[in-house]
Amino acid sequence: MTGSLPKGILYGAILVAGFVAPILFPGYTFSIAGLWVMILLALTWDIMGGQMGYNSLGNVFFFGIGMYTCMIVQVGLFYDVAEYTAHSGAVNVHFAPGQYFTGLTLGLAAAAAVATLFALVFGQLILGLRGPYFAIGTLGVALSAGELFGAWPFVGGGGGVALPTYPGEPDDRAYFFYVLCMLLAVAAFAFLKWLYSTRFKLVANAIRDDEEKAEAMGLHTKRYKNLGFAITAFFLGISGGLYGNMIGFIEPLEVAYPVVTFGIFMIVMCLIGGKGTLWGPVIGATLFHVVRQLTWTYMLGWQWVALGGLIIVSVVFFQQGIVGWMQEKWPEWFGIRVDEKSSMDDGFEAGTAKKEAA
Amino acid sequence: MLSSLELLISAPVLNVQLLLDGIFIGAVYALAAYGLALVWGVMNLKNLAQGDFVIMGGYLAWMLVNQGMNPFLTLPIVAIAMFAFGWAIYRIIICRVIERDLFTSLLATFGLALVMQQILNQIYGPEVQSINAGFDSLAIFGGMVTVAQVKLITLCITAVLAASLVCFMKMSRMGQAIRATAQDPRAARVMGINTDRVYAFTFALNSAICGAAGVLIAMIWVIQPFYGIPYSIRAFVIVTAAGLGNLPGVILAALGLGVAEQYAGFTLGAQLQQFTVVSLLVVVLLFKQFQRGRKRQVLQ
Repeated sequence: MTGSLPKGILYGAILVAGFVAPILFPGYTFSIAGLWVMILLALTWDIMGGQMGYNSLGNVFFFGIGMYTCMIVQVGLFYDVAEYTAHSGAVNVHFAPGQYFTGLTLGLAAAAAVATLFALVFGQLILGLRGPYFAIGTLGVALSAGELFGAWPFVGGGGGVALPTYPGEPDDRAYFFYVLCMLLAVAAFAFLKWLYSTRFKLVANAIRDDEEKAEAMGLHTKRYKNLGFAITAFFLGISGGLYGNMIGFIEPLEVAYPVVTFGIFMIVMCLIGGKGTLWGPVIGATLFHVVRQLTWTYMLGWQWVALGGLIIVSVVFFQQGIVGWMQEKWPEWFGIRVDEKSSMDDGFEAGTAKKEAA
Repeated sequence: MLSSLELLISAPVLNVQLLLDGIFIGAVYALAAYGLALVWGVMNLKNLAQGDFVIMGGYLAWMLVNQGMNPFLTLPIVAIAMFAFGWAIYRIIICRVIERDLFTSLLATFGLALVMQQILNQIYGPEVQSINAGFDSLAIFGGMVTVAQVKLITLCITAVLAASLVCFMKMSRMGQAIRATAQDPRAARVMGINTDRVYAFTFALNSAICGAAGVLIAMIWVIQPFYGIPYSIRAFVIVTAAGLGNLPGVILAALGLGVAEQYAGFTLGAQLQQFTVVSLLVVVLLFKQFQRGRKRQVLQ
């Protein structure tokens, strides 16, 4: 209980820093907004990947679905979508401020709804796959969605489509989307903090540890898997719609379904930070984003090699991640009581006997 | 789409062309898929870098041909070089992940795939390359169907390679050790087999097979640094459809995939050809799951 005051100060400081940072460093607004998007991606991947042990390689599927749904709603409310996309969005259309913000609000809502719907439908099919088959199956779904949207002229095809322009100054636009990205990430964090204090986390961890046994204990594993998948899709859908508007241009392989970039980044961020923890993805995303910005600037051409190397090293040598390592090193910081006797027997057993006294 | 279907029905000879092309390319897929089935079955390693080994073999051959070497002579050289490369990769990365959980190996090999394709991109550039082996085309059915001679030759080479692999696994001491390790690594260790060496050899052998497949691909098709992932996906489609340790199944599935891809490319358009491959993977996985689900119900 003594930790509640410093914790409150910490959260407040992060929030204030979040609002102030783009005002202090206006040149980096886009970059910091990217950080909040990364944090959200990592947090949502961790629901299935870290807590439930269902390692998805294709979460960007929902990201892209959200992006395209948002675009279709934004444009379709006021114009003919096919005509708009046929000119790659370069057709001379004007969105009044009222139209723009209504479109954006409804678009984001539709993005969340459609992505969740897809998660429920696809969940019925692919959540029965186990272990590596699930990973390969989700990879297949995301890759095929990218190919399919690239061959679909209605949404702009492989050439992509520009989104409606923001009615206002470029600086206002940057700050507007920055704040939305940040609020989304903060909302996701708060929601997951609550979610992980409920029965959901216990069931998720039971599924991760042994799904057959969890089922035998009478847990409706399929229901919880669907729920986890739907929550992931809900946040990713909104995030995709926001990100597409922030970039201002949608293209199927690099922006909407970036399987080998964002799809892998989110996993690496969770692994670096420590998967299966609340703070791990946040710390991992922050660290990763900073390193990525530096390498992208100073190692032009070789940054992808560095990224692949980072994946290998973090997977092979440092799988518990930063937070996992800290929990082992200073368990008392996390309110974890370690049973000395059982930890003498087996280090791994001690890990499972940890108890959070939040 | 309908018009191209009508074309296929009104001109049946076109089917022959598609079938032949599918079989030629499918035979090369079979090689890469057999390599994957080998490491999957023996080491329980899902190698997502499979396609990048293929592409790397193709680039090595391309480089040697540019030095003035005969394309077919490069095959053994590339195979040996890739064998050494595979051994090194095993010692550096793979030996640390095979004892771990399955996702670790999947992600580690994905990282490896990323590194390999980017290094190839840095060295050779992103242009599409191919090896010109210098052969003519045969025309059959009065010129309606053309068959490049080099494709016929690669089909023969593939058959010889596959046959010698089967013989190696059946006859040689190392092949026996590999099969024993696949059945039960612990028992194999008790029997005095150095399983670590067997794993290293298996991975290196897989790498050599992929390299050979890459040489053939470069001769009958094109290579590009980022074409590796589709080959990995194809290998996964074939192996999941055929099952492990089922060589006739792997060959049949590979030929079937090659033909299906040609038909999809023809009827749906080239931009949906990749989509066909990837969605076939999802379909195969779902079908396997459905089969398992039925078995589970029987058990209940």
